Amino acid sequence: MTESPVIIRRSSAPQAQAPKEFNFKPDIIEDGSFYQMYRKQAWEYYQALKFPTVKDDAWRWTDISKLPVESFKLESDNHVVRIPDELMEPVADATHGGEILLDGEHRQVNLNPELESAGVVFTDLKDGLARYPQIAEKILGKVIDPKEEKFGALAAAMASSGVMLYVPKGVNVSTPLHSLLWMSGPYEASFSHLLVYLDEGSSATYVHESSSPVEDATPGFHSGIMEIFVGAGAHLRFVELQSFGENVWNFMHERVKVDNGGEVEWIFGALGSHLTKNFSELDLIGKGSTGKMSGFYFSQHKQHLDYDTQQNHLAPNTTSDLLFKGALLDESRSVWQGMIYVARNATKSDGYQANRNLVLSEGARADSIPGLEILTDDVRCTHGATVGKVDPEELFYLESRGLGSKDAERMIVEGFFEPIMQRIPFEGVRKRFQQAIEQKMNEVVNS
Amino acid sequence: MAELQIKDLCVSIEGKQILNGVNLTVPQGEVHAIMGPNGTGKSTLAYTLMGHPAYTVTGGEARYKGKNLFDLNPAERSHLGIFLAFQYPVAIPGVTVANFLRTAVNAHRKAANPEDKGIPIPEFRKILKEKMEMLKMDQNFAGRYLNDGFSGGEKKRTEVLQMAMLKPEIAILDETDSGLDIDALKVVSEGVNMLRGSDLGVIVITHYQRLLNYIKPDVVHIMMDGKIVESGGPDLALHLEEHGYEWVREKYENGVSSL
Repeated sequence: MTESPVIIRRSSAPQAQAPKEFNFKPDIIEDGSFYQMYRKQAWEYYQALKFPTVKDDAWRWTDISKLPVESFKLESDNHVVRIPDELMEPVADATHGGEILLDGEHRQVNLNPELESAGVVFTDLKDGLARYPQIAEKILGKVIDPKEEKFGALAAAMASSGVMLYVPKGVNVSTPLHSLLWMSGPYEASFSHLLVYLDEGSSATYVHESSSPVEDATPGFHSGIMEIFVGAGAHLRFVELQSFGENVWNFMHERVKVDNGGEVEWIFGALGSHLTKNFSELDLIGKGSTGKMSGFYFSQHKQHLDYDTQQNHLAPNTTSDLLFKGALLDESRSVWQGMIYVARNATKSDGYQANRNLVLSEGARADSIPGLEILTDDVRCTHGATVGKVDPEELFYLESRGLGSKDAERMIVEGFFEPIMQRIPFEGVRKRFQQAIEQKMNEVVNS
Repeated sequence: MAELQIKDLCVSIEGKQILNGVNLTVPQGEVHAIMGPNGTGKSTLAYTLMGHPAYTVTGGEARYKGKNLFDLNPAERSHLGIFLAFQYPVAIPGVTVANFLRTAVNAHRKAANPEDKGIPIPEFRKILKEKMEMLKMDQNFAGRYLNDGFSGGEKKRTEVLQMAMLKPEIAILDETDSGLDIDALKVVSEGVNMLRGSDLGVIVITHYQRLLNYIKPDVVHIMMDGKIVESGGPDLALHLEEHGYEWVREKYENGVSSL
């Protein structure tokens, strides 16, 4: 790898024009329930907030002025494309302890009866809100305040799809849970809300995937909000995969709060979408809590992926460790903006962040912007960001051993991603990423 | 037995002429040493034969088994049986020695037979284990990332391991002794000697005679100013050790001036 310092470049004056309005609103039922109040308020926030433009700090690399807001319709039941079988394969090694399919109006929920009788809740959002309001009240709006950001507020107000996961005190869910959000209609707008609450000393492994047909030509829209709470001494392994078709505009707001001695391993894999803006935040609110964030992205064509990560150390002896690695082909773009924040009281904390990019085509571009904000002494924080190309000396070395130039390049790309693969505890997820690398590199071979 | 025939080879890098008509014939089964002072084009010869893109062939050819190497890309030269042990092997982070070698072995098999489905993993493991034992390499080497954080000796041993796995017909060892202490030098040389045989032609490029105490050459060539100026038996290397390159230069330059 040849690495060069990150050069921050500004392209010709981007359009600062904000998109217009969606032609739908939430169907809020005035029943006085906690959830409806929450939605009503979120909708008010949404209306009060302006669409972000490149003049907003968090959005300066991601221009959404061309988002065809008015053309989107709410998701309907006319999902014509079936969910591909490979998306249904277990990605987390063992048989799943639970499975949820969210396919428009069609929802399918399976949960191992043993887990159910242990008090585990793993169900679709509507069902969860109706049956377990007391769980909803513990977490809904408690991790992310809808007023923080426009698309988050929109998702909060509109979400008809989603998942509720609750693991009671001390319960260990040893078999992985899997949910799949599938959108497939033309001009479909889809909204999702994930609620995850791990009570004290519990543990779970959860894989959530968002996907849509690769061949869709009309634009699609998804906005999602994920609120996750990891209780004291609890341990969550959370994998989120995004494999939308390259027609989908995707906006995510997600935050994990970790209490005393809790631990989260948070893995991101992004291969799809036309444009993604993803806010991922780790709030280490409890003493000795730990979070590890590992990201994999591989963009091509004209894809634009923007990851905005926050590692907030809000209590003493907290540890965070972030590694995001991405490769870019064609004219695709990636942005990573990372921030480690260490509060005044978060002494003896240890924060790490690194973002490495491999630019494989002349027309692709990666921007990598690390950041630290440290309000106390007695902490250890390190970061690194690189944007590099494949080293021709590495290529020649492999070619001299009989590998064709494209095989040599693929091997270097696989090697580049290996540190991320090492951080993924599931063979099935690793396999998906490896297949994606192979597929994308093959497209280059054949182009 | 096939032989590598280099004729009137002229090579430049970034417009600067480095090789000025190299003539050299190396048959399978023989070890040829190329010695010479620094900057005379020894490594240029090695890189050019393997096809490094930075070097431009401005004249001449290098034929092996009826093919001009310069019509082939580096991978095709490798499939033909040419091998370069690098002076400075590069690291490929994230790619294990075993994974890399299996891919390389399969690329060779596929080149020989497009229908080949690749070496069965147990068979590959067995061969790799044997070769590593032969080179006194720890088995955990196979799981390490190629040349990543390797010591100088480890890198050179890995080069010889690759040579053992790919079984080339013409191997070029570019300054394999550089950066090695005497113990590492012995191990690497022993490895090369074990691979010697009637199928393997070797070009040993070295600055010092030292390596030739361990890898005994059949023929020694002296290169100067981008040309082979003197060839002889193993005693030529000993003569150089004793008298340095000055006498060659005088002889060569007088020879040139007398033309």
